[in-house]
Amino acid sequence: MMNHEVKEHIRNALKKGIRIDGRKLEELRPISIETGFLSTAEGSAKIIFGDAEVLAGVKMAIEKPYPDTPEDGVLMVGAELLPLSNPEFESGPPSIESIETARVIDRGIRESKAFNTKSLCLEKGEKVWTVAIDIVPLNYDGNLIDMGGLAALAALKNARFPKMNEDGTVDYHVKTDKTLELQKMPVPITVCKIGDLLIVDPTDEEEKAVDARLTVTVLDDDKICALQKGGDSPLTMKDIEKMVDLAIKTSKVLRSKIVEVN
Amino acid sequence: MGELLVKDKEVVVPGQILAKGLDFLPSNGTYRLSEDILANRLGVISVEGKVLRSIPMAGRYLPQRNDVIIGKVDDILMSGWRLDINCPYSAVLPLKDASFDFIAKGADLTRYFNLEDFVMVKITNVTSQNLIDVTAKGPGLKKLRGGRVMKVNPNKVPRIIGKKGSMVSMIKKGTDCKIMIGQNGLIWFEGTPDMEVIVSETIKKIEKESHHQGMTDKIKVFLEQRTGRIIDLSEQDESEHNNQGDQQ
Amino acid sequence: MTFERPSKRKFDEARPVEAEAGVIKKADGSARFKIGDTEAYAAVYGPRELHPKFLQDPKTGILRCNYSMLPFSGDGSRVRPGPSRRSKEISMVTEKALRPVLDLRDYPNTVVDVFIELPQTDAGSRCAGICAAAIALADAGLTMKDMVSSVSVGMVRGNLLVDLDGDEEHMDENEAADVPIAMIPSTEEITLLQMDGIVSKEDFFKGLEMVKPALRLIAEKQREALKNKYK
Repeated sequence: MMNHEVKEHIRNALKKGIRIDGRKLEELRPISIETGFLSTAEGSAKIIFGDAEVLAGVKMAIEKPYPDTPEDGVLMVGAELLPLSNPEFESGPPSIESIETARVIDRGIRESKAFNTKSLCLEKGEKVWTVAIDIVPLNYDGNLIDMGGLAALAALKNARFPKMNEDGTVDYHVKTDKTLELQKMPVPITVCKIGDLLIVDPTDEEEKAVDARLTVTVLDDDKICALQKGGDSPLTMKDIEKMVDLAIKTSKVLRSKIVEVN
Repeated sequence: MGELLVKDKEVVVPGQILAKGLDFLPSNGTYRLSEDILANRLGVISVEGKVLRSIPMAGRYLPQRNDVIIGKVDDILMSGWRLDINCPYSAVLPLKDASFDFIAKGADLTRYFNLEDFVMVKITNVTSQNLIDVTAKGPGLKKLRGGRVMKVNPNKVPRIIGKKGSMVSMIKKGTDCKIMIGQNGLIWFEGTPDMEVIVSETIKKIEKESHHQGMTDKIKVFLEQRTGRIIDLSEQDESEHNNQGDQQ
Repeated sequence: MTFERPSKRKFDEARPVEAEAGVIKKADGSARFKIGDTEAYAAVYGPRELHPKFLQDPKTGILRCNYSMLPFSGDGSRVRPGPSRRSKEISMVTEKALRPVLDLRDYPNTVVDVFIELPQTDAGSRCAGICAAAIALADAGLTMKDMVSSVSVGMVRGNLLVDLDGDEEHMDENEAADVPIAMIPSTEEITLLQMDGIVSKEDFFKGLEMVKPALRLIAEKQREALKNKYK
């Protein structure tokens, strides 16, 4: 909830092309990505964007597959809005915001078939690799879906399978060179509408002024593999067209950052 | 007898031994443990003769009578408004102190101040249980319309105001923005969008570097670089002291 | 054959420490504390309003600690997110470890919330959490008579060792012991004391003496972290 006059003020500034932190409407905060720094995770990534910071970790295990997909490995995406990262986040069971963040990022990775889940099968119906990605903000300042999604991709790229022993158990202390072999990079971009204008990469303050948002997960060939509309206001067809175009345009910048990651 | 282990204006941390021997006297932010004086909060040391005081650098706002602060309406009560004042305690603005107009019982209070409105108020009373009463009747006290509000560390407010308001006046001059500063660390400002960004950056810079020397000059240079305009300070007092400046 | 620690450390030597204050921008105080491969972040929010009302204390603010391990932080498989009995107990002893140094009488009816999250652990996680939390509380400007420093001392294969790491924790099936301790450096008062394992009374008290230099070193690192923020 935001003071109506403060919101108007932000809108008027946007009409002049200036955001609260001086950025242009389509400008992203400077991004830096670090990977492979956690000793206990099979893959890890940290993204720093402006004053914000998000962490993603990948854990792998060998478990029974789901009965309806006996030959497929299991993918799980979790997100938690840590009360550590923002005074407005409370302790307790997962909030609806953290559930939405996890599910939207999951959809992008799953629907794009970013990695081949069949290659994770060890014994049909009995043993498959499970890949669990967990995403948390350390310093929250808006745009968690996009940057969390990017961190998840970086962590997946960085992930190396742990050694599997003769008896089928996992030795987490030994990492192999085997990677997940990502075939696609589904990059989520959330475009936000404030009044009549569109911005990307909103800060926490800007998010409070947003009327509606559309997350578009974009693939390497500019195809779309997931969508999520949020916010209280409706979107017109024209809005959606402009938002999808802006998402595709913005995804190229983020994709170029991910390509350099190991 | 006794040994002073720190210099004036040095940053000290809890548990740090500041002086040895019974010569020295503890004051705010310091305490005696057998023959030593230790700091009991993060702060900047002030050595006044034999008295050692630590001036806090961090910590939430503690309301004081007569402080002028900025509050945000977060509830409308039968008898007034409750304000969030960036502090562990809320403030209450009673009907009788809201306006010089007569407000009848049963009137629609949202016509005066609505939820989420920012108001400049003065603290009239603080009880022992930290219940706070404020008034909006007085010079400079009013609803703040439009503009933007930012939060800063309340301990840095004196630096941001400057001696006799010199620092904030310089920022106003350099950016043509209206600025109102609350002792509770809330700052309201309004101007053109690009100048507002510069006000925000400047205030954040002062907040971050406030314990350094020569801030007025540094900030003047920063403002001139960011705005591309020279600031004429000929009518102003440029000294460095922390002080409660007057505000406009 | 004399015992050699896998990390080649001396028996009374703690692992290398990294400490930083003010790492979480929106918090009133915060810190990162890393000892060996165990890393903890702590954020302090408060004093702030306390709900529900029945928890409020009209004489003083209260301290509330929340310790949690991130899902990818365990030595082995993924840690299910959410509070466990272990994390609840650690939250409680952490609060008891820190409370004695704080003076919250200026803030009746409020709460100081401390959130501790560990992105990676290699034994000594509750100790690292306490160290990070102490820095964060000071960073928040609270009235604190001193830091609280914490590390473990243990017995492995008959040897008293300071700051057991993950390898050492798993080494001895029989008469190993693990004693996490927290201490107020200026008075040497102990605010956290727990133990797992079997140890003689003599060895136990020898261990308590042996750990003091490491605790004092950690306290210095904690104070340095605060000062470095203002350089």
